[in-house]
Amino acid sequence: MKILVGYKRVVDYNVRIQVKPDGSGVVTDGVKLSANPFDDIALEEALRLREKGVAEEVIVVGIGPTDLTAHLRNGLAMGANRAIHVVTGDAVQPLTAARVFLKLIEKEQPELVILGKQAIDDDANQTGQMLAALWDRPQATFASKVEIADGKATVTREVDAGLEVIEAELPAVITTDLRLNEPRFIKLPDIMKAKSKPIDTIELGSLGVEAHDHLKTTHYAAPAKRSKGVMVKDAAELVAALKQKGLL
Amino acid sequence: MSKILVIAEHLDGKLNSSTARAVSAAVAVKGAAIDVLVLADNVDAIAAEAAKIDGVSRVLTVARAENAHPLAAVLAPQIAKAAAGYSHVFVPSTTFGKDVAPRVAALLGVAQVSDVMSVETAHTFKRPIYAGNAIITVEADASHTVVATIRSASWPAAGAIASSAPVEALTIDAALPTHTRFVELKQGSSDRPDLQSASKVVSGGRGVGSKENFDIIFKFADRIGAAVGASRAAVDAGYVPSDLQVGQTGKIIAPELYMAIGISGAIQHLTGIKDAGTIVAINKDGEAPIFEIADFGLVGDLFKIIPELEQALS
Ligand SMILES: Cc1cc2nc3c(=O)[nH]c(=O)nc-3n(C[C@H](O)[C@H](O)[C@H](O)COP(=O)(O)OP(=O)(O)OC[C@H]3O[C@@H](n4cnc5c(N)ncnc54)[C@H](O)[C@@H]3O)c2cc1C
Ligand SMILES: Cc1cc2nc3c(=O)[nH]c(=O)nc-3n(C[C@H](O)[C@H](O)[C@H](O)COP(=O)(O)OP(=O)(O)OC[C@H]3O[C@@H](n4cnc5c(N)ncnc54)[C@H](O)[C@@H]3O)c2cc1C
Repeated sequence: MKILVGYKRVVDYNVRIQVKPDGSGVVTDGVKLSANPFDDIALEEALRLREKGVAEEVIVVGIGPTDLTAHLRNGLAMGANRAIHVVTGDAVQPLTAARVFLKLIEKEQPELVILGKQAIDDDANQTGQMLAALWDRPQATFASKVEIADGKATVTREVDAGLEVIEAELPAVITTDLRLNEPRFIKLPDIMKAKSKPIDTIELGSLGVEAHDHLKTTHYAAPAKRSKGVMVKDAAELVAALKQKGLL
Repeated sequence: MSKILVIAEHLDGKLNSSTARAVSAAVAVKGAAIDVLVLADNVDAIAAEAAKIDGVSRVLTVARAENAHPLAAVLAPQIAKAAAGYSHVFVPSTTFGKDVAPRVAALLGVAQVSDVMSVETAHTFKRPIYAGNAIITVEADASHTVVATIRSASWPAAGAIASSAPVEALTIDAALPTHTRFVELKQGSSDRPDLQSASKVVSGGRGVGSKENFDIIFKFADRIGAAVGASRAAVDAGYVPSDLQVGQTGKIIAPELYMAIGISGAIQHLTGIKDAGTIVAINKDGEAPIFEIADFGLVGDLFKIIPELEQALS
């Protein structure tokens, strides 16, 4: 079986995001970019399925500007067999990303698509669900455990009430939660090996998908700041302060 | 005029308070007519609760055996059909809403606005990105249905009224898939207040050190009638189950009192508690970032301080 993995590049999670003073965006010049942590988890899961013999081929997909190549090489170094780079200079909103994935599915016929549950830049948490709807296939979001057998995926999902288990017939879309696995580190020899692995480049326009701005962002603002409070000297003073505020 | 369909979230025959919070967001769209849609196997009790939410014009119900569990693939086609004639579909931004709403949006061929914090106009909203480090104003296309998830922590629950809005059964002609099946829900059974709606929350982090040690957090929470939360590090280490995680990728909460004990205050954690009324931090490291945002900070060993707090309370 073939697995398609979403592999998005985002601002690294350690970067403290600054909003530009004129409200036109956030400062992204010169900041460190990394794979979306949820996508590293998605790729790791796909690789483990290949190592178990459940899958034969793992393909990482990136949708973004021309300089995405180095990022996709990381996915290949981690172990993906090949990469598909859908090239666009425009920001890609989830519905567009889902339409792109659907086109790639038609071409590649994977039995499993694994995406991150959310990208940590836009935090939209939409693409996998939208893709499953357009594809008219099952979705198993927020996965913390995946088992594939007999043409179906049994997935444990992290939901507000606890852990939900569902069964999804393949092909299906899975989106990853943090505790699904711990992604491996990339080793130097793998980076060398990755250089010879293929990256297919496709112009977004040639897929018949338009990078629509379905939603327009008109302003960026810094969040309201919480001001630093007071330090208390001991437990008794803390209890007194909270009682005075009517909180205890 | 706006017509808003709010999708009810429920569990075990009871309405979740996230529904009344989503109704508050709908009320913020000026002059909107608000209907609540209940999809369940047994709808009556849930619908009766929804009918008492202030601001609701009608409650619509779809009672089908297939709706016994909230499977997005099963619910989405029904919601998409029911959405005809509505200008907006609002869904709570809980794991329920995050799962189903994008599927509805895609079936309608429209974008989704995730995590609405404020309603500026009928088509302009504010929402957080980058773990809440930036707030953007987004404009949705006025010629399309707006599908949005509502960030519960930003909205109070709309109050209950004495009278009831009318309840009407809907017949929806939609083919429902059988490719996705519910197996089970393992609930962290707890008599404690629910983390997402509790007025007080006591959270423990990696500093608590072990599953056994976490008892001290549970005991203290029980003492003050609080729900229990945790950092990701505490969940990853197996001290507590995953449904207790607070933060960017866990639960976003807004209790009146939040006590962070043995938690350093990573941005991903702080995202989950920004809207709390009063934040208390207890940490042995006086330089921990949590103190930058805490209203009350106390430096010291939690294993010494918690017993002292209990003593000061009695
Ligand atoms: C200030 C700002 C500026 C931006 N500028 C750009 C820009 O110049 N160019 C640009 O491309 N984007 C840009 N984006 C990002 C773009 O808007 C988001 O990619 C889009 O909104 C999708 O949201 P999401 O990734 O949060 O979706 P989610 O639904 O949260 O994503 C879930 C998963 O879908 C998959 N996925 C989604 N998008 C992609 C992708 N592009 N490639 C591979 N897998 C994907 C991944 O597996 C991901 O984990 C910008 C975002 C912001 C906030
Ligand atoms: C994509 C992504 C998403 C994430 N999402 C989340 C999320 O949703 N929620 C979340 O919480 N984190 C999240 N994280 C993780 C986050 O970055 C931090 O790693 C995590 O919050 C740290 O947890 P902690 O504060 O318990 O642990 P630490 O950072 O290890 O802090 C432990 C603290 O305990 C104190 N301490 C130790 N012993 C004692 C004692 N005896 N008495 C008092 N104090 C003591 C220490 O001084 C220290 O400050 C995410 C990370 C990533 C990359």
